[in-house]
Amino acid sequence: MKQIDLVIIGGGPAGLSAAKMAAESGLASLIVERNFNVGGQLVKQTHMFFGSEKQYAKTRGIDIAKILVDDVLKFPDLIEIMTDTSVVGLYKDKVVTLLQKEKYIKVKTNAIIIATGASEKVLAFENNDLPGIYGAGAVQTLMNVHGVLPGNDVVMVGSGNIGLIVSYQLIQAGVNVKCVLEAASTIGGYKVHASKLKRLGVDILTSHSIKKAIGKNYLEKIVIGKLDDKWKFIEGTEEEIEVDSLCISVGLSPLSNLLSMIGVDMKYVSTLGGLVPLIDKNHETSIKNIFVAGDVCGVEEASSAIVEGYLTGLVVAEKLGFKHPNYDELYLDFKDQLHNLRSGPFGEKLRLGLQEIMR
Amino acid sequence: MLNTNGVPDKALIKTKFPDEKYLIKPLAITECYEKIPCNPCSTSCPFDAIYIGEDINTAPIVDFEKCTGCGICVYNCPGLAIFIVQKLNEENARFKIPYELRPLPIKGETWSGVNRAGEIITKVLIEKVSLTNRHDRTALIQVLVPLEYINDFVTIRRQI
Ligand SMILES: Cc1cc2nc3c(=O)[nH]c(=O)nc-3n(C[C@H](O)[C@H](O)[C@H](O)COP(=O)(O)OP(=O)(O)OC[C@H]3O[C@@H](n4cnc5c(N)ncnc54)[C@H](O)[C@@H]3O)c2cc1C
Ligand code: SF4
Ligand code: SF4
Repeated sequence: MKQIDLVIIGGGPAGLSAAKMAAESGLASLIVERNFNVGGQLVKQTHMFFGSEKQYAKTRGIDIAKILVDDVLKFPDLIEIMTDTSVVGLYKDKVVTLLQKEKYIKVKTNAIIIATGASEKVLAFENNDLPGIYGAGAVQTLMNVHGVLPGNDVVMVGSGNIGLIVSYQLIQAGVNVKCVLEAASTIGGYKVHASKLKRLGVDILTSHSIKKAIGKNYLEKIVIGKLDDKWKFIEGTEEEIEVDSLCISVGLSPLSNLLSMIGVDMKYVSTLGGLVPLIDKNHETSIKNIFVAGDVCGVEEASSAIVEGYLTGLVVAEKLGFKHPNYDELYLDFKDQLHNLRSGPFGEKLRLGLQEIMR
Repeated sequence: MLNTNGVPDKALIKTKFPDEKYLIKPLAITECYEKIPCNPCSTSCPFDAIYIGEDINTAPIVDFEKCTGCGICVYNCPGLAIFIVQKLNEENARFKIPYELRPLPIKGETWSGVNRAGEIITKVLIEKVSLTNRHDRTALIQVLVPLEYINDFVTIRRQI
């Protein structure tokens, strides 16, 4: 059986940063990534990021991915990366089962950092399985990774940052975004993103949602309607819109099934996106030496995923006897950065959610 | 309303503009009204003219005495929320705006001037198009806009 000090599951910003900080401390790790490349969500983000410059704000997501990957490649002796490999089993004695192509590999380790990110939520409405209906993430992958347009006339459901940003990217790609629907009475994401769309002529319809999709073999039309303050459709407000694609962006939920599998204490916290592990201040779960970082322990941003990755990498290395020469200084800096990122009004729900999962 | 359709009302917009006497020189206007965790405008300004401070959730404040209108913050803002404006004379204002759609305009062309609601309000003259590596794919477009639209103009659209 393969033996390695630390296994990091997920090669997104959180996983990559964790590996880097562990390696800086002298600890060897293996990053397991089920995709054909590492970078996680970042590889499809063509827009400039928010945050402060410490977390590469104003750099485009895809370029942040390159920076993080280059950082990791600086430690060829300490960091091993396996792509196209999924973690399919995880056991309490810290044995991890990997599936690479059709081959199962078992790895014995001393500590695990789970950084599997989050997956898109689905929305229930009539005919939501018609071809032409996509998640926003899938549309981004199509467009920005594979260079394929999802269609010509699109309606976006959801006005959170992702819905707004993906709408903008669709317009950049030459797609006609007919409108953005938002069930709540106010826009969900940052208003700078909303204003960016509105000045391009895209209406954001608050208190509106999709009622049903219509089409024979593929999407042809949607029916939308106005919602009352209890999110019920108001009779007689239905409107038909001709579209060939519909993009759903109604939130993400943590990909925490591996955590449930191994039996760590979990809790459903809606402000964090769903089922999340209970953690201590160093991101350790209820099972010793099993840590989490990034969206898997609360859907947030790449900026915080990066810092959480650094923090857990630093702490895990110290626990296994590899203390970073600047441990104390770095620890305080990472804590400080996380606090700073979450301290505004947009961080309020998140702060409450994070309190709920503190062990 | 900003919160329901993304369009700030005029009174709100005016809070971001300096007194008209300052506008004889080009100045940065930050249309960033919310407290969001973001600060590249402040850290990219070589003249230390945008204040955000330790708490990156603070909305930016421009020091109009210090700002030179260089435009660096404009293409460094991920929200595309900053533009440069200058009152040239009694007829025209000069703007520098961020632009990320393609094709880019060409110097000397006439494009439509668009307001914050996405409506065409006037015609504008493209005076200059800057896009180097430093701009990282966000072009800086200098446009001449009739003065009466100084509080309305926000972007350009290709004429069809
Ligand atoms: C449209 C959009 C815009 C965004 N804009 C911004 C922004 O402006 N600023 C910002 O800071 N953030 C932004 N984000 C959020 C940011 O991308 C995420 O918060 C961040 O990527 C989370 O990082 P992560 O490492 O936790 O997870 P991810 O990036 O999701 O990475 C997780 C990785 O784990 C892998 N994985 C999952 N399960 C397994 C398994 N069983 N075995 C092996 N590998 C597995 C996945 O393939 C993936 O590569 C945006 C997100 C989207 C979708
Ligand atoms: S225009 Fe130049 S000087 Fe003025 S705030 Fe922006 S970067 Fe600073
Ligand atoms: S960079 Fe732009 S979006 Fe970010 S705080 Fe400054 S003005 Fe606002």
